[in-house]
Formats: sequence, C-alpha cells, structure tokens
Amino acid sequence: MTTLEQTETTGEGHDVRRRDFINIAAVSFAGVGAVAVVLPLVNQMNPSADVLALASIEVDISKIAPGQAIKTLWRKQPVFIRNLTPKEIAEANAVPLSELRDPQTLAERTTAGKENWLITLGVCTHLGCVPLGAGEGENRGPFGGYFCPCHGSAYDTAARIRKGPAPKNLQVPEHSFKSDTVVQIG
Amino acid sequence: MSFPWANHYAPKHPLMRWMDEKLPLPRLVYNAVGAGYPVPRNLNYMWNFGVLAGAALVIQIITGVVMAMHYAANAGVAFDSIEHTVRDVNAGWAMRYAHANGASMFFIVVYLHIFRGLYYGSYKAPREMVWLLGVVIFLLMMATAFMGYVLPWGQMSFWGAQVITGFFSAIPVVGEPIREWLLGGFAPDNAALNRFFSLHYLLPFVIAGVIILHIWALHIPGSSNPTGVEVKGPQDTVPFHPYYTAKDGFGLGVFLVIFSILMFFAPNALGHPDNYIPANPLSTPAHIVPEWYFWPFYAILRAFTFNFLWIPAKLWGVLAMFGAIALLFFLPWIDRSPVRSARYRPMYKWFFWVLVLDVFVLGLCGMKPPEGVWVLLGQLAAIYYFAHFLIILPIVSAIERPLPLPMSITASVLGEEPATTGQPA
Repeated sequence: MTTLEQTETTGEGHDVRRRDFINIAAVSFAGVGAVAVVLPLVNQMNPSADVLALASIEVDISKIAPGQAIKTLWRKQPVFIRNLTPKEIAEANAVPLSELRDPQTLAERTTAGKENWLITLGVCTHLGCVPLGAGEGENRGPFGGYFCPCHGSAYDTAARIRKGPAPKNLQVPEHSFKSDTVVQIG
Repeated sequence: MSFPWANHYAPKHPLMRWMDEKLPLPRLVYNAVGAGYPVPRNLNYMWNFGVLAGAALVIQIITGVVMAMHYAANAGVAFDSIEHTVRDVNAGWAMRYAHANGASMFFIVVYLHIFRGLYYGSYKAPREMVWLLGVVIFLLMMATAFMGYVLPWGQMSFWGAQVITGFFSAIPVVGEPIREWLLGGFAPDNAALNRFFSLHYLLPFVIAGVIILHIWALHIPGSSNPTGVEVKGPQDTVPFHPYYTAKDGFGLGVFLVIFSILMFFAPNALGHPDNYIPANPLSTPAHIVPEWYFWPFYAILRAFTFNFLWIPAKLWGVLAMFGAIALLFFLPWIDRSPVRSARYRPMYKWFFWVLVLDVFVLGLCGMKPPEGVWVLLGQLAAIYYFAHFLIILPIVSAIERPLPLPMSITASVLGEEPATTGQPA
C-alpha cells in the first residue's frame, strides 16, 4: 500500500523515515519521564529534613574534669568528649607517626589552643560498635584510650587505631568552640 | 513442558468444565503439582525439602501477616509492641514464636534442599536455571530474615542492623553515602526500622514469585533423581499425585512435629537473650552474633583480619562473604563432570562430605567470639570453602573415573546389571 509517508535518502543510502523519528522521540521522552519518576523514589530513602535538622548540637563541657569523658548523642550516634590529662597528651605526642595505621597527630585531631579536648565519634571504624573507655571505670584497652569489645580494636589517647581489625582512627566530627565551656558539634 | 505420557486433565463435573474454559487454573495446578506431572519413580526423602520449603514460606506469610496486625514499626514502641503481642494478644505468643522459629525451620529445610542439589548434581544441565533461581531465592531469604530480625528493635536487632549496614561502608568512596541512603540517617533509627518493615513485608511475596519461576524452570526438563540418569520412558515415572503428594505429606508431618517441639518447648533456644533488652545506641552488647543460619557467612566475613594487597581487611571480608554466595551462581559451569549423582562419583562424594563438615566448622567459628583458636580455624575453613569450588571441583571433575551408571531409572530400581561403560545417560 502506498502512503504519504515521506522518505529521505541520507548519504549512506539509509532510508530515514518519519516513523523512526517518532519512535525515537517517544521512547526518549518516556525514558526521561521514567528517570524523573525514579529520582524521587530513590531520593526519599536519603536522610529526611528532621534527621538532618539534628545534625548539629551544642554541648556544655564545663563539668568535665581532666581525665574524664562524657558520651552524648549526635545524629543518633554516640560522641565521646574527653578532657585529656597532660600525661595523656604527652603519651599521644610521643608516638612516632610511622607506627600508626592511620597517621595523624593529636594536634590535627583537636582545635589549636584546646589540645586537651578530644572529641570523637564513639563508633568503632570496624563495624560500628561503641568502644569502651568513655564511662567511669570502663576498660580503656592497652593504649589507654578506647577499647572495642566486639572485635578487639584498641585506640590510644588520641583515639587513633593501634591494634585490632579497625582500619581508621575514631572519626573526629566537625566541631567548634562557642566559648570556653560550650562546644558545637556538626 | 512435560513428558508426552503425562496424564491429561479431563474435568468431569460441568462446573469444572465451565471453569476450565473460562480460567484453566485447576488445569495449571493439575499439571504443576497434580497427577499431570510425571516424576521419576525413585525419589528418596531428600526430595521432600522443596515442598517443605514452600510450606515453611506459607507458614511465615500467614503468621507474619498476623504479626503485622499487632506490630508498630516505630523505634519508640516497636519493642513494646512485640512484648504486647506476646503477653496481651490472644494467641499472640504462638504467632510470634511460630514466626521466629519458622524462620529457622525455613532455613533448615532450604539448607538441606541446597545440599541435596549439591550431592545429586541437580544444578547441572539441563537444570542450571532451576539452580540459579534457587540461589536468587536464597539471597532474598537472607535479606528478608535479616530485616525481620531488626523489627523487634532489641539490642541484637539494633546492633545487627548497625553491623550489616556497616558492610556497605567498606565500599571505597561511595560506601558511606550508600549506607546513609539505606538507613535514611546516620545510624539505624526510625527511618531504617520503617523501611525494613516495608521490605520485610514485600520480599516474601517476591520470593513466592521467584518460586513460581523456579518450579516452572524445573518442569521443563522435569525433576532430577538420585541416579542422575534422565527419564527414558513412561516406566521411569509415576504421577506426582498421589505418589509424591503422599510422600511429601508424610515428610510434612515430620517437619511439623519437629517445628512444634521447637516452638512449644524451646521457643527461645535459637534466639539471643540480648534481644530482650530494648535497643540502646549508646551501648554495644559484649558479643554481637547473628542468627545461626548466618554463622558460616559471618565466619567468612571475619576471616580477613589483615590487609592484603592494596585492599583493606574490612573490604576483603565483605567481598569474601558476598563472593561465597556469588560463587554458587557459577557452580553449573565450574563442575564439568558429565555425571550428576555423587553415587557414581567416588571422589566427589568424599569432597562433598568434607564441604559439609567445612560449613559446620565455619558455622561454629561464626558463633564463637573471634578469639584464640577460632580465628585461625575460621580462616582455614574459609580458605577450604573457596578451594572446594575453585580448585578441587575443576580438578576432580577432570580426573575422576565415575562408576558405571545404570541403564535407566527402572533398571536401577529393579536392581538390574549396570551398563558396562561410565558414559552419562
């Protein structure tokens, strides 16, 4: 049957029909539409606004004596705030960087002028358990910092990984001192 | 989709004839699991476990739908809603313990089903697709079971979710964003609990769908059998109904007796006491351990305690654990022996039993805290697991001299002389 369908001949001799254009245009349009539908379906799984709203907290640290530590919750994860003693600071600074699995100095992990305040997540970098050592009388492990009871990772007084399966130092969250007694985490 | 001598569906009652014209569902059932499906006459009790797995899924769906009527997927009240179900809801304790122990029973029969396939070579041509779909079902079951275990929101639930989603953070660069995307937060919380509940309700129906494909793929070549010799004629088969409905019915009775003993007399034997402590993100249980059906894989995960090449130990562990299952997808092409059944494979038979032992050792290592001898034993057992599939199987299938196969299923049943050659039938 002859139709009014126009055919154009390209240089290579292929027939380009209007129907081809319509097919490609329709499928492309449907494809873009499908992506536009999938994006919000995937994105709804990301942390929601109320979860992100808790992303920064302020903590009063005036009551933490040297040698003590507190646990607090930030983004639903435990945070350890530790007031290091001069001895602990000296111990951390005495370790050569070449001995460390994840080389970092104490100064890099604390705020200048406030080297005694070690603020880290209380989340073992192995599989996410809460290490011991922040609470009164808890096992601080062979390096005097933190000790994870799950798989035996031991952290030193700068919360750096020294022994066990964890690959990284305890993470230092972004933080800043609002005053001498108040620190904002996040 | 069946042998030419299969019984034909011929409804007698006018109502059934009317139904057959409008929607031939009874015909489908008749041909799939009724008298219209011819099955080798020599199946032993190891062939019960497919039907038992199906029964376990039905039990899980029924008890699960009931549990969902009383459960609240909210981190604030989830733990209490389970306790409420057990203590206050009429027969709630029965539903809860049937569902929790039903998961264990499901895994027991599925593991037996898988090892049946390994022993009798059910994964070999022409049934590769049946095997592949089976591995897909196994993966879906593991995802479903994990998410179900999180729902009571006890300590083991919470820390299990923390550790398992932590696997994804081992992936370089994109790992941590993927983990946050999966959890909908920075640690397991309400968002994670709700989506786990949603998926825990969805996946069993996906499993049911893949089971239909699994049975469909099975019915194209027909069931395998303990000799591994293919069906040659009508004398080799009997109709599924009544022969195997009866045999499976007996097996189902035994299954239900064992299930009832577990559920009524030791409902918490396979659970963990720490899961009766509400989830606490500030305190990790001293010893995190998954449910027993994950122990072998947990042992493989922990086998890497050292960095190797440029890949860190944590990523190796995760790759090895997923690799241990992914390997099963390639099994039909790893084992080149044309003989299916281990009955006629004198070398493979031994290595099969060593593999069974190895998986038990892995399970034991997964259960124990990673200290002392268990670390080394777990590492050796993990190496052997991979060696079985990647080294031993290819060598055995190349050098093994199989025993003579019977002429046919009937000849084997009637005890006739085997064929003189070891050629596959």
